[in-house]
Amino acid sequence: MARRSLKRTVRKTAHGTRDNAQAAASRTGGRIMGSHASGESLHPGSSRNGSLSQEEMWAYGLGLFGIGLGLAELMVPRRLARMIGAPSRHDGLVRAMGLREIASGVGILTQRAPAAAVWSRVAGDAMDLACLGAAFMSNRSQRGRVALATAAVAGATLLDMITAQQLSRGIETRNDHMSLTAALIIDRPQQELYRHWRELTNLPTFMKHLVRIEVQDDRRSHWVAKGPARSTVEWDAEITEDRPHECIAWRSVEGSTVDHAGSVRFEPASGGRGTIVTAEMEYRPPLGTVGAAVSAWLGEDPSHTVKMDLRRFKQVMETGEVITTEGQPAGRVETTSWKYDRAIKR
Amino acid sequence: MKANCWYGKQDMRVVDVPDPNILNKKDAIVKVSSAAICGSELHLYNGFVPTMEQGDVMGHEFMGEIVEVGPEVKQRRVGDRVVVAFPISCGQCFFCKKELYSLCENTNPNAWMAEKFFGHSPAGIYGYSHLTGGFAGGQAEYVRVPFADVGTIKIENGFSDEQVLFLSDIFPTGYMAAEQCNIQPGDTVAIWGCGPVGQFAIRSAFLLGAERVIAIDRFPARLQMARNGGADTIDYEETDVYDTLMQLTGGRGPDSCMDAVGLEAHMPGLLYYYDRIKQAMMSESDRPIALRQAIMACRNGGTVSIPGVYGALIDKMPMGAVMNKALTIKTGQTHCQRYLKPLLDRIAHGDIDPSFVVTHRMRLAEAPQGFDMFNRKQDGCIKIVMTP
Repeated sequence: MARRSLKRTVRKTAHGTRDNAQAAASRTGGRIMGSHASGESLHPGSSRNGSLSQEEMWAYGLGLFGIGLGLAELMVPRRLARMIGAPSRHDGLVRAMGLREIASGVGILTQRAPAAAVWSRVAGDAMDLACLGAAFMSNRSQRGRVALATAAVAGATLLDMITAQQLSRGIETRNDHMSLTAALIIDRPQQELYRHWRELTNLPTFMKHLVRIEVQDDRRSHWVAKGPARSTVEWDAEITEDRPHECIAWRSVEGSTVDHAGSVRFEPASGGRGTIVTAEMEYRPPLGTVGAAVSAWLGEDPSHTVKMDLRRFKQVMETGEVITTEGQPAGRVETTSWKYDRAIKR
Repeated sequence: MKANCWYGKQDMRVVDVPDPNILNKKDAIVKVSSAAICGSELHLYNGFVPTMEQGDVMGHEFMGEIVEVGPEVKQRRVGDRVVVAFPISCGQCFFCKKELYSLCENTNPNAWMAEKFFGHSPAGIYGYSHLTGGFAGGQAEYVRVPFADVGTIKIENGFSDEQVLFLSDIFPTGYMAAEQCNIQPGDTVAIWGCGPVGQFAIRSAFLLGAERVIAIDRFPARLQMARNGGADTIDYEETDVYDTLMQLTGGRGPDSCMDAVGLEAHMPGLLYYYDRIKQAMMSESDRPIALRQAIMACRNGGTVSIPGVYGALIDKMPMGAVMNKALTIKTGQTHCQRYLKPLLDRIAHGDIDPSFVVTHRMRLAEAPQGFDMFNRKQDGCIKIVMTP
C-alpha cells in the first residue's frame, strides 16, 4: 500500500474568539466548519466540509442494511425464519425485530450525530443473539443454519460496536488518520509556555507515551516512544512551523515508521487569565479504525491522551512538576489502581 | 505501617501497607496523631461512590507531626504539628488564586474520569475514590501530604488534638455552609441533618449572626447535641417538617435552609421507598429527600445551602419551586484551606471548642468497628476520633 503521509499545516487564522469557537467545536467532535480562512485545508485533496468520515460511512451502511433486513423481517417473517433455521411460528417476534431494525436504521440516517442510534443497533444485536441462542436450544430448529445465522449476527455486532464506539468517542478517522484536539487554559504567559514546549526535550515529562526526544538541529529531532508490550518505536520529526510565542507544528519525516503530526497554539485568554493552549495530534493508528477501537478497549484511549498531556503540561507550568500517586501506600500489590489511574501509570 | 483500607461494601480492614514516601517535591510526610471518620465516608462504606478499589487507604480528616519534607516545601519543616485540609490544592491555578481550593485544576490526576461524571473535575481529595485522584488517606500511621505549604496549618498553641482536628473538614464545612446562607440580622436558618457537619453548621450560623436555628434529625442524641448548641429541634419521625417549620416561622418559611444530609437521606413513609427502590435499581444514584424538603420549606427569595454530598443524579427535583420562589442555591466541596486560619483564630479566641462533637475515641486498629457503629448510629455515635 502506498504510504499516505500527513501533509498537514496549522491553520493560519487570526487570534480571538473565532479560534476559540473552533477549538470548542473540534473538542466536542464537531466538524471545524469554514475554519480554513486562508484557504488551507487540513487534508489537501479532501474538503472537510460535507465529507463523511469512515465511521459515518460505516454507520450509514449499517443503517441501510438494518432497514433492508427490517423490511424483510416485517413482510416475510416465516420465510426469513426458515432461512435461518429457526421455528417459523414466531411471526410476531420476528416482525417486532423488524420494526426495531427499521427504527435504528431510520435513526442513523436522520440524525446528525448517529452514535446513539448505532448503539441501539448494538442493543438490538444482543437481543437477536439471545433469540438465536434460544432457537439453538429448541428441538424444532435446524442447528446448522442457526449457527450460521449466529455467526453472521456476531459479525454485524462487532461492526456495530466498533462503529458506535468510534462515533461516541468523537474520534474521526479520515483516510485512516486519527485527529485529536484538546484545549486548556494555563495560568502562565504565552512566551513562557512557548519556550518550554519549544525545548522539545521537555515534552516527555508531560507526554507520557514518549521516552525521549533527541534534538538534532533547529528543525530536526529524533523521537522515541513507548510501543506495545514494552517495545519502543522511533522516528525522525521536523518542525514544520514555528512562530515564536504563537505556535509550533511538527510532523514525522517522509519514510518514518510512525506517521505522526502535531501542533500546539498559544493564545492569550480573555481578561489576562493566562493562555489558551490548543494541541492537535494526528497519527495513523495501526490497522486503521479497527486498530484504534481495539487499542481503546485495551485501555489506550487516544482521545484522552491529548487532554491528559495538556493537563500534565499545565501541572508542570503552574506547579513545577507532574502530580502523581505512583508509589503511594495501598492495601494491595499495586500502589495505584490499574483500572482507574491509567493516566498516571502510563 | 498500619492503615485502614477499603475492600468492598461495608468491608474495611486495618492491614499492613508500605510507608508513604515523598513522590512530588512539595510533599510532606505526616505522622498521624489523630484521624476521624467523616460522615461522607459512609457513602464510600455503603458503596454509593464509584471507582473505589480494594486496598484504597481511607481517611481525609487527620492531623499529626511532619516527619519529612520534599525539597520545595518552604513554609513547613520537620517537627511542625499540623492539621491537614481534606482537598488537595496546588495554590497556583486560577481557582486556588481565587481561594476556591476544592476546585483546584491541578491535583486530580484522574480529571478525565471526573469530567465524564461532572463535566469538570474537582480537586483531588485524600482517600475518597479514584474519581478524586485515588490519593491514599490519613487513617494510617503515616500519610503523604502533597502541596504541604498550601494544605496544612501549623498548630503552635497548646490545643489538644480534638480541639483543632476538625479544621481538616467538618468545622470549615459547617462554617462555609452557614456562610453560604448569607445570614442577615434576625434570620432563621433551618438545618436538615444533625451529624457532625450539621452540628458545626448550627454553631457557625449563630457565630454569623443568625437569630434562630431549627435543626432537623431523628436521633435523640443528635437532637440533644443540637439543642446544646442553641438550636430548636424537629424530630422528623414525629412531626411533619414542613408544617412545623411554617408554624415556627409564621408561614413565611426559614430565610435559609441547609441540607447537611446528602445522598443517603431517610424519611418515614412511602416516598422514601420510592427513592430507595430507584436507587437500588440504579435509575437514580442519590436520594434527595432532605434537599426536596429544604427547597419546599425555604422562604421566597431565600437561600438553600447544600454541604451534603451528592454523587450524580437525582429524581423529582422541585425545580419549579426553585424558580418560582426565586431561590438561591449554594453548594460545593469545602474550600477548606480558606478557613484554616480564620477558624483557628475563632478557636483561639474561645468562640467555639470543636471537641464538643466527639462521642467516641478508639484506636486505629478498631476502625472497621468504628465505621460499623457510625453507620448504624449506635450508642449515640456522632463523631469518632482514632489514635494510632
